[in-house]
Amino acid sequence: MSYAEASPSVAKWARPPVGRLLWPTVILATVALALAPAGALPAWTMKVPAAWQPPLAREISEFMRWLMDRASLSLFSVRDLTRAIAWTLELPLAAAKALLAAGIGGVVPPIPWLSLLLLGVAGGYAAGGARLAVLMAAGLLYLAVFGQWASAMITLASVLVSSLLGAAGGLLLGLACVRWRSLERAVGPILDLSQTMPVFAYLLPMLILFGFGPVSALIATVIYAMPPMVRVTILAIRAVPEEIRALGVMTGCTRAQTTWKMLVPSALPALMVGVNQVIMLSLNVVIIASMIGAGGLGYDVLAALRRLDIGAGLEAGLAITVLAVLLDRFAQALAAKTGAAPERDPRRLRRRRFALAAALAAAAGFWLLAAAAPALATYPDDWRLSTAPYWGDLVRWINVTFFGALEAMKTAVLLNVLLPVKRFLLALPWPWVIALVALAGVRLGGWRLGLLVGALALFVALSGLWPAAMTTVYLCGVSVAIAAAIGVPIGLAAAGRPRLWRAVETVIDTLQTLPSFVYLIPIVMLFRVGDFTALIAIVLYAIAPAIRYAAHGVARVPPALIEAGAMSGCTRRQITTRIRLPLALPDILLGLNQTVMLALSMLVITALVGTRDLGQEVYSALAQANVGRGLVAGLCVAFIGIIADRLIAAGAERTKRRLGLA
Amino acid sequence: MFRDVTRVLTTGLLALALTAVAAKAEVESKDPIKLTLHDWTGQLITTRLMGETLKKAGYTVEYVQADYLAQFAGMKTGDLHVAMEVWATTAKEALDAAIAEGGVVNVGETGMQAIEDWWFPDYMKEKCPGLPDWEALKGCAEVFSIPETAPKGRYLGGPVTWGGYDEERVQALGLDFEVVHAGTDAAMFAELQSAYDRKAPILLWIYAPHWAPIKYKGEWVKFPPYEKACYEDPAWGVNKDAKYDCAKPRGPIYKAAWTGVAKKWPGAYKAIEAYQFTNDEIGELAAKVDLNGEKVEAVVDDWMAKNEPRWKKWLGR
Repeated sequence: MSYAEASPSVAKWARPPVGRLLWPTVILATVALALAPAGALPAWTMKVPAAWQPPLAREISEFMRWLMDRASLSLFSVRDLTRAIAWTLELPLAAAKALLAAGIGGVVPPIPWLSLLLLGVAGGYAAGGARLAVLMAAGLLYLAVFGQWASAMITLASVLVSSLLGAAGGLLLGLACVRWRSLERAVGPILDLSQTMPVFAYLLPMLILFGFGPVSALIATVIYAMPPMVRVTILAIRAVPEEIRALGVMTGCTRAQTTWKMLVPSALPALMVGVNQVIMLSLNVVIIASMIGAGGLGYDVLAALRRLDIGAGLEAGLAITVLAVLLDRFAQALAAKTGAAPERDPRRLRRRRFALAAALAAAAGFWLLAAAAPALATYPDDWRLSTAPYWGDLVRWINVTFFGALEAMKTAVLLNVLLPVKRFLLALPWPWVIALVALAGVRLGGWRLGLLVGALALFVALSGLWPAAMTTVYLCGVSVAIAAAIGVPIGLAAAGRPRLWRAVETVIDTLQTLPSFVYLIPIVMLFRVGDFTALIAIVLYAIAPAIRYAAHGVARVPPALIEAGAMSGCTRRQITTRIRLPLALPDILLGLNQTVMLALSMLVITALVGTRDLGQEVYSALAQANVGRGLVAGLCVAFIGIIADRLIAAGAERTKRRLGLA
Repeated sequence: MFRDVTRVLTTGLLALALTAVAAKAEVESKDPIKLTLHDWTGQLITTRLMGETLKKAGYTVEYVQADYLAQFAGMKTGDLHVAMEVWATTAKEALDAAIAEGGVVNVGETGMQAIEDWWFPDYMKEKCPGLPDWEALKGCAEVFSIPETAPKGRYLGGPVTWGGYDEERVQALGLDFEVVHAGTDAAMFAELQSAYDRKAPILLWIYAPHWAPIKYKGEWVKFPPYEKACYEDPAWGVNKDAKYDCAKPRGPIYKAAWTGVAKKWPGAYKAIEAYQFTNDEIGELAAKVDLNGEKVEAVVDDWMAKNEPRWKKWLGR
């Protein structure tokens, strides 16, 4: 055998087999560890010894107590400062509520329903034409006809104020980040945390710092809703073409002029996307905010479900969805309008102006009329409708008729999927899991990533919440797998069919904005308290991004490639499996990433039906007013989210590079 | 233009505050007394009865939505002022802790008595003869089982935060049951409704005063009656080696307040002290809301109109 002949095989073997053999070995070892009998491993590998756990929770609680009781900033205490902030923020909230819900001084009534209806329709027409006007009319009429008006106005007031604060704050913070790179680096992790940390975890510190009531709810909402605005701002401002900046310099603009007269206006359409996210997220926490005194629709939903009035809960929940859709479409229309060319046809322009002026005059007139005759201000009780009793009956009928079949299905899933996965994960020794996470980080994104995710996992272990954390991973993992298994095919199927896509989009929009509590209670009636109920609720909520990103990814596959496939004789099936799916994979992975985030954010809600994971830990800590415990558990949830996010993002990046897309 | 609007609004709000002050009768302080609202109907009614009574005396009253246990943090600092229902059964420890740390005071009993224990619907007596005596549960754990817990029976306990020592009770009494915690009472009663419609087995934590024991026919399990020694001394009761081998304590529902209330609004404090109500009365009012779908405000206004001597007595008139 000559050297030349041998060399290829040498080269083949010289390449270390680690890469190919690594994962099979790891998987085998993992299974072996999980199946190891109870006494085979040292005890400390299964349960983190108490002596190793830093008393972080206690220290945070102590610090909080010190901050509120004794801390002083020479002239005034920290408490005075936070209370002053709360008082300031209360002003716009009180003003919005006075305008929309409470009235001013008992003399001026709040804006009557007919006036707001007219204004809404006129505003919709001005921003988005006849279609938006019709949508506005239908949505606002729903609120009036189904008796949700008064509560909806309270919710609207707080959502408007929190969106405004969130959008303005996010814009300013984003601009500052663009200006100072070091600030951006500092803000990044905080944004990650506030997006992944459950709201319940920082609700209690808010209550202690800012007092009980709507202001604390407002601040918590802003913290939750602001991060996307900051991120969008950074991206949008950076994306402004260099020529525009150069023009600013050439025409002698000051820095402030460049920012406000050039950069912000030219980035406006992109910025509106952020505003939109802020509105949506604000509406998402309406229920949670209502638990600490925000009132409005969220409170109605909770109260209705407390007395098992499913129909009333659903109607109030749908009112939240209606508000979300109206605000969303209106903001979108505004964004589209700022990007579009102004109306040129003078006759149409004049007609539009006239219609608007007429609507404004009518609304104002009706307001005056309502001030004189208060009976006119509210929608007449006799004209109200309610479908509430039917929904209760429907659930009862399903319960009595189909319980056997549903029970059999649930038992099968529980015994064959949920319980084995749970047992497997809980049987793994924690040092091994941390090593696995770190290894995955190193393989997908290099040493830095490996170190980061390993350190985060170590924090979770040392917090003493390991079993709850693994339960969390199990519940979220199974939910995400199911959501992806259902969502991705739906997304692929709907991508090429516009009509189907519209239907699918309506359904997922509703699922995302309808407070999950609304469907949680009927699900409890059918499936009892337990993990299965939580699973269904999480899948319903988290499926949206799986569908959306899959559809988006497939739609982005260049038509030329598909044509090339068809030319070279691929069957439809081959086009799907060999071309569409692989090329859409990075997008699908990003969707998966979002699905994980949403699943994690549902945990606190599913704690309300009795899961025993980190969500329950956060919820219990809130109920026991234990600041430290809540924050530590919240951090654990956030860290699990960040680990998943970083690993999946690194995976998507690698896939992209392999496909030559990046 | 926007600045004008805000200016008009703020003057309007100021005017509102001023007129509200001028309209009321003489009381010690016009600052709003903040009463906490929780999430069960009985408490909403109790609180509103007190609040409306105080309003009749000329006080400014504000209702604040607050978590049952988290409220003590707010009361200690004077952000919240009055909690009308603090159940000895669920929040005695939190209340005592808050009193010990200072800032909160127990204003005495409301006259209502809390019952919290294992409860079953009447039709279960056929399937598990011997109920309501707890010994019967030993023989029919299987009747109450579902696939996840089989062969053990399933007991649906309250949210973890309610405490109650149910796991310990199951151990101590040698019951073959698994305790499953509902996260909220809404979830708990959803299960009860579902089981009740199908006449399916269920055993769960129910408390009174509440609408559920009025709406559904059933009974509380009769455990050995609670004594203090049962929770403190293992030797007490059927199991000589374990605590908690008895029923849950039944106890009064207290009123609690911020310590500053007595100084700032002495008259109001006296009225809160004088407030008395019974289980039957509150059950009847709560049923009007939860079962007949009336509004809490309407039920309270109606009661206020019909029982003027009662609330005047609380005000000491």
